[in-house]
Amino acid sequence: MITVKIVLIACLVLLPMPSFAADGGYGYPIPGTYEATIMGTPAALMPTLPAHVRTRQLVLDVFPDREKPPVFFYDEGLHCTFAYQTHKAPLVFLIGGAGASDQADRLITMMKALYQAGFHVITLPSPTHANFIISASKSSIPGDLTEDANDLYRAMETAWNKVKGDIEVSEFELGGYSLGASQAAFVAKLDEDRRVFNFRKVLMINPPVSLYGSANRIEGLLTQIPGGAKKQGIFFNRMLSKFSQFYRYGNFVSINEDFLYSVYLEKLFTRQETAGLIGVSYRLGLAGMIFASDVMTNSGYVVPKNRVLSPTDSLFDYFLVSTHLSFYDYYNEYFYPYFLKQHPGLTKQELIESESLRSIEGYLRSSTKFGMMTNENDFILSKDDLEYLKQLFGERAKIYPRGGHLGNLEYKDNLAYMVNFFKL
Amino acid sequence: MSFSRCNARLTILAMMLALSLCGCAATMVTSPAEAEVPARHSISEFRDQDFAVVADPWEGFNRSMYRFNFYLDKYLLLPVVKSYEFVTPTFLQARVSGFYSNLGEVRNLTNSMFQLKGKESATTLGRFVTNSTVGLGGLFDPATSFGLARHDQDFGKTLGYWGAGSGPYLILPFFGPSSLRDTSGLAVDSGINYAIYTAIDPFGNTGNSFAINTGIMTLEGIDARHRQSFRYYESGYPFEYYMVRFIYHEKREIESGRPLPVE
Repeated sequence: MITVKIVLIACLVLLPMPSFAADGGYGYPIPGTYEATIMGTPAALMPTLPAHVRTRQLVLDVFPDREKPPVFFYDEGLHCTFAYQTHKAPLVFLIGGAGASDQADRLITMMKALYQAGFHVITLPSPTHANFIISASKSSIPGDLTEDANDLYRAMETAWNKVKGDIEVSEFELGGYSLGASQAAFVAKLDEDRRVFNFRKVLMINPPVSLYGSANRIEGLLTQIPGGAKKQGIFFNRMLSKFSQFYRYGNFVSINEDFLYSVYLEKLFTRQETAGLIGVSYRLGLAGMIFASDVMTNSGYVVPKNRVLSPTDSLFDYFLVSTHLSFYDYYNEYFYPYFLKQHPGLTKQELIESESLRSIEGYLRSSTKFGMMTNENDFILSKDDLEYLKQLFGERAKIYPRGGHLGNLEYKDNLAYMVNFFKL
Repeated sequence: MSFSRCNARLTILAMMLALSLCGCAATMVTSPAEAEVPARHSISEFRDQDFAVVADPWEGFNRSMYRFNFYLDKYLLLPVVKSYEFVTPTFLQARVSGFYSNLGEVRNLTNSMFQLKGKESATTLGRFVTNSTVGLGGLFDPATSFGLARHDQDFGKTLGYWGAGSGPYLILPFFGPSSLRDTSGLAVDSGINYAIYTAIDPFGNTGNSFAINTGIMTLEGIDARHRQSFRYYESGYPFEYYMVRFIYHEKREIESGRPLPVE
């Protein structure tokens, strides 16, 4: 079995050989943007990370007076993962991408890499994750960079108050990936006024420039499904049966890493299908966000207004409804009306423009504390977006030739770059 | 002190069981103060859009049991597992896991034979013999490095292999996600295990066989939970129940070798 794995990994590593010379010997192997996004980094190309990390699970009561709906009975507070040193060290806060919990694989990998280099780390769930919506969001309506930054800042203060008696901290730093990267930028800006943390350095990994623009590009993946996004259920079932036929005829032992590599190597899914699968998984995350927000605000969007769901009520109809709603539905029917009520006269375009790095570009351009990592082929960025990031961050930008969206985040060179950024 | 805490824990556990089983009724009584208003988007728009569907006619019971397992974990199993992990060196934990994994080869072997898979049966038998002898009763796993891959089998898969449908989804207390077919399979596997065990009766002459056997079974349960990283509701995803149900179902269908219907 181990031999098979070595052969598979060797194939992976050898495939794009010819292109090595052109891009300065960057060794991340998966060339396609969608494939890289789904496959991530092969285990053999990750750095060796410590097996045991001194960690504690924090459960934070951010709003002590908040009453939680019975259907979320299991939610006892905001979950954060805290890795700590026994000596004085910098503390890095990390924010995950859309839908990420505090224990998302990529966050944990980043945490381990930083812990290994001697940092304290606290990981936070994304403000789009149900746990954050239920326990840490003031409005429980996620997606606004300014409000999310306020919520994140409050959560970070609560976390810091909880641990500050136990550790010695020399300074604070901040990092985030994907949506979490944009949020990190807004949190850093807020910190310039509040000055609780005085973040020394802030790292943005694979940020979107405009949330609306990137969501638009992800929604676009679903249009590659035959029949469009509404047929995602049928599409998904067909992908699944392809998967299972492949398994049956391939004489595999179980659904494990080796099996998944061969799915990739045999090109079981076409480029369009791979894109569609990314779109479906994005919709699944969006569904959880929409449902949690609707229950918390009693808005009557997918759950009838004033209905109190019990812990054991079936949620399947809500699941079906929520997974079939698009980002545009959420934006136009739920998100925008909420902000219109707060700011009468606000146009959709104005709101779209405020959910963008461009709205704080003066700050981002001038502050030396920022660093930004992204990839030439990150599909959430348009050509213009990428050019914009390059000129906005100039020498502070690190652009890799491939890796899709976050696919190379766990690659050893990328993690080394990240650790080094926080060290310097 | 510790006894009374233990007692309190058991009482809480019993209460949780009672609560989780009648959870539905209890919360339905408190009728909302205001009348319901239909939601903007409802299922009538998406009736024809199947997604992640699994036969689950006993969903109410299953969701109660899912919640019961959450509390069972929280107040009993996970504290026990944590203490076990605290007092037992990692090296020893791995040997305990190896020991029970090796015993599990008996189930793998009987079932690959039931499925008339000659090569797989030979491999599994080879593993069992190698690990029981060279591997010191399963404490170590030299068989894997000799190229003998483990094939997990059980009677649920055997039934699936010979064409039995999964039947309704079922959440079992302690064991978690299952189906009607896999639950029958579990009963058969346990029966076979019990028959073999009583026939051999390894501790029959000690005079303490009951106590020893109970200890072995308890440790097996602790080891099983120790090896299982899944935690109920840990994902925080509001539709976790459906994801778990779907993934369990599909994985079993795929691994038991039944092709999925192509529409």
